[in-house]
Amino acid sequence: MNRSQAKLTEGIDWPIFGMYLALVLIGVLAIFAAEYREGDDILQNLLGQNKNWARQVLWFGVSMVLATGIWLTDSKFFTATANLFYAFGILLLLIVLAIGTGVKGSNSWLELGGFRFQPAEFTKLCTNLALAKYLSSLETDFSKMRARLIAAAMVLVPCGIIILQDETGLALVYLCFFLVMFREGLPGILLVIAFSLIILVLSSLLVDKFILLYIFTGIAALVIYFSRREIRRKRSRLALILVIWGFCSAFVLFIVPFVFTKVLKDYQVRRIEVMLGKENDPKATYNTRQSMIAIGSGGMWGKGYLKGTQTRFDFVPEQSTDFIFCTIGEDFGFTGSLLFLGLYVALLFRIIHIAERQRSTFSRVYAYGVASIIFLHLAINISMTIGLAPVIGIPLPLVSYGGSSLMTFTMLIFIMLRLDADRQMVLR
Amino acid sequence: MSVYNQPRKRVIQLIILGMVSLIVVRLFFLQVIETKYSKLADANAVLKKVIYPSRGIIYDRNGLSVLRNEALYDLMVTPSNVKKIDTAYLCSILQIDKEEFHKRIVESIIRNGRVRQSVFASLLTPDMYGKLQESMHRFQPGFELVLRPVRSYPYGVGASILGYISEISPRQLKDPSGEYSAYQPGDYIGATGLEKTYESILMGQRGIQYLMKDNLNRPQGSLENGEFDTAAIAGKNLRLALDIELQVLGERLMKGKVGSIVAIDPQTGGILAMVSGPSFDPNLLSGSFRAKNFNKLYVDTTKPLYNRAIQAAYPPGSTFKPITGLIGLDMGVITPDFGFNCRGGYGLCGRFSRCLHSNPGHAANIRLALANSCNSYFMHVYRMSVDAPKWGGVMKGQAKWTEYLSAMGFGHRVGIDIPSELGGIIPDTGRMNRRYNGSWNSCSEMYVGMGQGLLGVTPLQLANAMCIIANRGYYYIPHFVESIDGDQSDILSKYKEKHRVSHISNEAFNSVVLGLEDVVRNGTARGAAMDSIIVCGKTGTAENKARINGKIEKLKDHSLFVGFAPRDNPKIAIAVIVENSGFSTTYAVPIASILMEKYLTDSISVKRRPILQRMLEAETMSPEMKAKSKLDSLNSVSYAATYGEDLLKKIISNNLKK
Repeated sequence: MNRSQAKLTEGIDWPIFGMYLALVLIGVLAIFAAEYREGDDILQNLLGQNKNWARQVLWFGVSMVLATGIWLTDSKFFTATANLFYAFGILLLLIVLAIGTGVKGSNSWLELGGFRFQPAEFTKLCTNLALAKYLSSLETDFSKMRARLIAAAMVLVPCGIIILQDETGLALVYLCFFLVMFREGLPGILLVIAFSLIILVLSSLLVDKFILLYIFTGIAALVIYFSRREIRRKRSRLALILVIWGFCSAFVLFIVPFVFTKVLKDYQVRRIEVMLGKENDPKATYNTRQSMIAIGSGGMWGKGYLKGTQTRFDFVPEQSTDFIFCTIGEDFGFTGSLLFLGLYVALLFRIIHIAERQRSTFSRVYAYGVASIIFLHLAINISMTIGLAPVIGIPLPLVSYGGSSLMTFTMLIFIMLRLDADRQMVLR
Repeated sequence: MSVYNQPRKRVIQLIILGMVSLIVVRLFFLQVIETKYSKLADANAVLKKVIYPSRGIIYDRNGLSVLRNEALYDLMVTPSNVKKIDTAYLCSILQIDKEEFHKRIVESIIRNGRVRQSVFASLLTPDMYGKLQESMHRFQPGFELVLRPVRSYPYGVGASILGYISEISPRQLKDPSGEYSAYQPGDYIGATGLEKTYESILMGQRGIQYLMKDNLNRPQGSLENGEFDTAAIAGKNLRLALDIELQVLGERLMKGKVGSIVAIDPQTGGILAMVSGPSFDPNLLSGSFRAKNFNKLYVDTTKPLYNRAIQAAYPPGSTFKPITGLIGLDMGVITPDFGFNCRGGYGLCGRFSRCLHSNPGHAANIRLALANSCNSYFMHVYRMSVDAPKWGGVMKGQAKWTEYLSAMGFGHRVGIDIPSELGGIIPDTGRMNRRYNGSWNSCSEMYVGMGQGLLGVTPLQLANAMCIIANRGYYYIPHFVESIDGDQSDILSKYKEKHRVSHISNEAFNSVVLGLEDVVRNGTARGAAMDSIIVCGKTGTAENKARINGKIEKLKDHSLFVGFAPRDNPKIAIAVIVENSGFSTTYAVPIASILMEKYLTDSISVKRRPILQRMLEAETMSPEMKAKSKLDSLNSVSYAATYGEDLLKKIISNNLKK
């Protein structure tokens, strides 16, 4: 391909690029609003790098350099090095596990010459590349169980290491790759099963175990009664129903209590209980409560930029990182939140559109991966700020303050843009 | 390949839309439907700060401030900001040691936490303030000087008049009438005296400033640039009829004595001085030692918190005789020329009741009867008044007679503009019926004619009665406040209203006045005479009994004097009572005369200065009472800081600049 005569920006998907810039800008403005005090010297803050928003501007600069680098790289580089990336990512995760620096109770940070860096963010990119590489490989037949298990293992290995680092929230994000696999042919029934499992976990936490047991038995009895003719024809049906019944009962009786007492940490159990409204300790509910007050007080039209009292005066913790949506909700109200969410939905749909127009499986899987990662971050992060999900410390893509996060998402998006620009090529 | 999986793309899109819809629905509920969050947010972040206006100042009749605001300073500390300061130097200014310094820091952390301000040292002395002000930069930002306005009484007098402010009580805060709705716990409110009566005027209008606060309750600037703030409006100033020099002199004259003085300008009803002796420096109840001092004053044997001028009811004794005479004249039962043949006693009611004079003709008319203070004459006039046939029975006569008393301000509150006034006792028919089981006649309480018996009057009522006589038949309700700066309301209108109580000719009135003039010219109150001014007056000696150890014992008489001067165009009416001091000429007359002289001539004549000196030093308080009282020691510390003592010295040496 002759790049020297073409324009540098040829082939770039402008809508994505525009939405990317818009979200980063909104992020900087929101971080600024969260920190701003009357009388702040903006220029001095920017040059002095003593405020998060100023640092975020710097990170954006770094990200743009990175993006330019990616844009100038040949697409084949990414397919060629995908597995290398993956190996490198896993290595980083293991290093962190060994010598990681603790920040707020988790050991997922790596200190590099004064900069702190969270490999778990970066590994998402690696996993995405490796998954795309594997699924696009000619030897892979994703309709076979073997391929499915390998793909799942590729996702679950980093996920497991991250859980060992006490970053369950970040690990949760890796589940998004199952959405990609679903697109690539994973049976839909798995989604249904996953969804059912979530319902089961929630109900087992909310309702007494034995009442649930009665309910399951009742449902099973009804199903058997109504499908008695089918059962007469096919005995295996009965067995299936009984197996499902048995699994549900065992799940509720043994697995959930086991996970909650042995696997999850105390604070994680508490956060889940807070979300479910079971925990009323003001200390435990403080974050969610303050966040909901901030967003709720925004009303229909919001208080206006820099007018929010809750976010500006530190009522909401983790203001510029995980709870950045509070600033938007408070200052711009329901209308602003709707537009903001609309921008994300537009970005996601545009990415899906791009994914579907790819000729190569690698590019398509990769683009779906980008969409899924962004979607899961968005869903979990915003749900957490409005009390729909337990407090899980994951950032809002492109908006939350944080260098690792911003750079990871920048790389994710710009690799996709690069691949898209070269969509006529067949990449493996 | 991609076409093959189109439905899966749709499913993924639907999952995204479904999740986002869930979020949007939740947001709609949070932000649009539910309103509690904005209230919670306000509670979180808006700090309503009350801006206290400066309280109104009280001036005396000559424009001297007698109750004002003094700017004292508190040293505040924010423990988290205390860094690398010269602790030793700060301690040396505050005169504390390092241990005390650390104790106070720890205490303030316990009280208000690390990041909020607490008082480190309250109401700094001017000296400490000066030193701190100079070197404050060395202690900042941990320490800060904060203004604390304190009510101050520059002359150290007028405690019972001016009153004091104290923290509003929980009961007042819970008051359902809403009278105190503008107050918050910890606010100060007028508790007694003028501070209480004129609370709404003195307090001004509070301002409210809305501040934004952060998660640690620290103010973060004004809300919406102060759009919703209301400015504080300073309290209005009161201008009194009070003459502060007269008040200082009066209070010092009552030192060591129990009793009271009330001096009124009869032409306006304005009170020139009101003393309840012994008195205390009101500064004792202002500032940081309020509670401690209040307890000391409260338990003191001399009861300094009790305002005798309006709360103590005394038998008026002979000072009541002009009133009996006036009622007789106004009812028309006697004329000024009415005479009574008194032969040293009164025997018309069976028993013979002795009086002082027995020479014939000493009660040949009302003027003579007053000048000679004839008991028989006034008992007889009283009996004639209530027995007059036109009333149709003693019951109605007594009712009519007490109606006169009531019109003259006896038997009920006069209506002065300070709280806690008592009404005293008059022998109205109800009281008579109770005392005599419904069966009585004019003889039963004939002693009321001469001021004894079923009578209890406050010094204020007595002085007010003198105003009526001085004015020849009318009075204004005695009051302190003559005007309020910038006030349009009619709060003072009741004090501008003339109350006419008699309808007799000036000639008839003058016969009473002349009798009173004679008392001073050559009667019992000769000590009250002045060279250039005609003084009218009447002395009185009131018997009093008290229950001591379960037995009713007769105590030393109260010494009374009432009077006014000058005779024509009177400027001052006065009532002086010195409890248990014996005959009136010894104390009540000289005290009253010195005050009248001071007021009318603005000086004390050279020949009367020894009397002044003697009166200042005289003590009539019982030794037991004095021994237990700590009042003098309390006052002596406090007075030293006021102008009162200087002023007194100037009065004594006639060195007043005017």
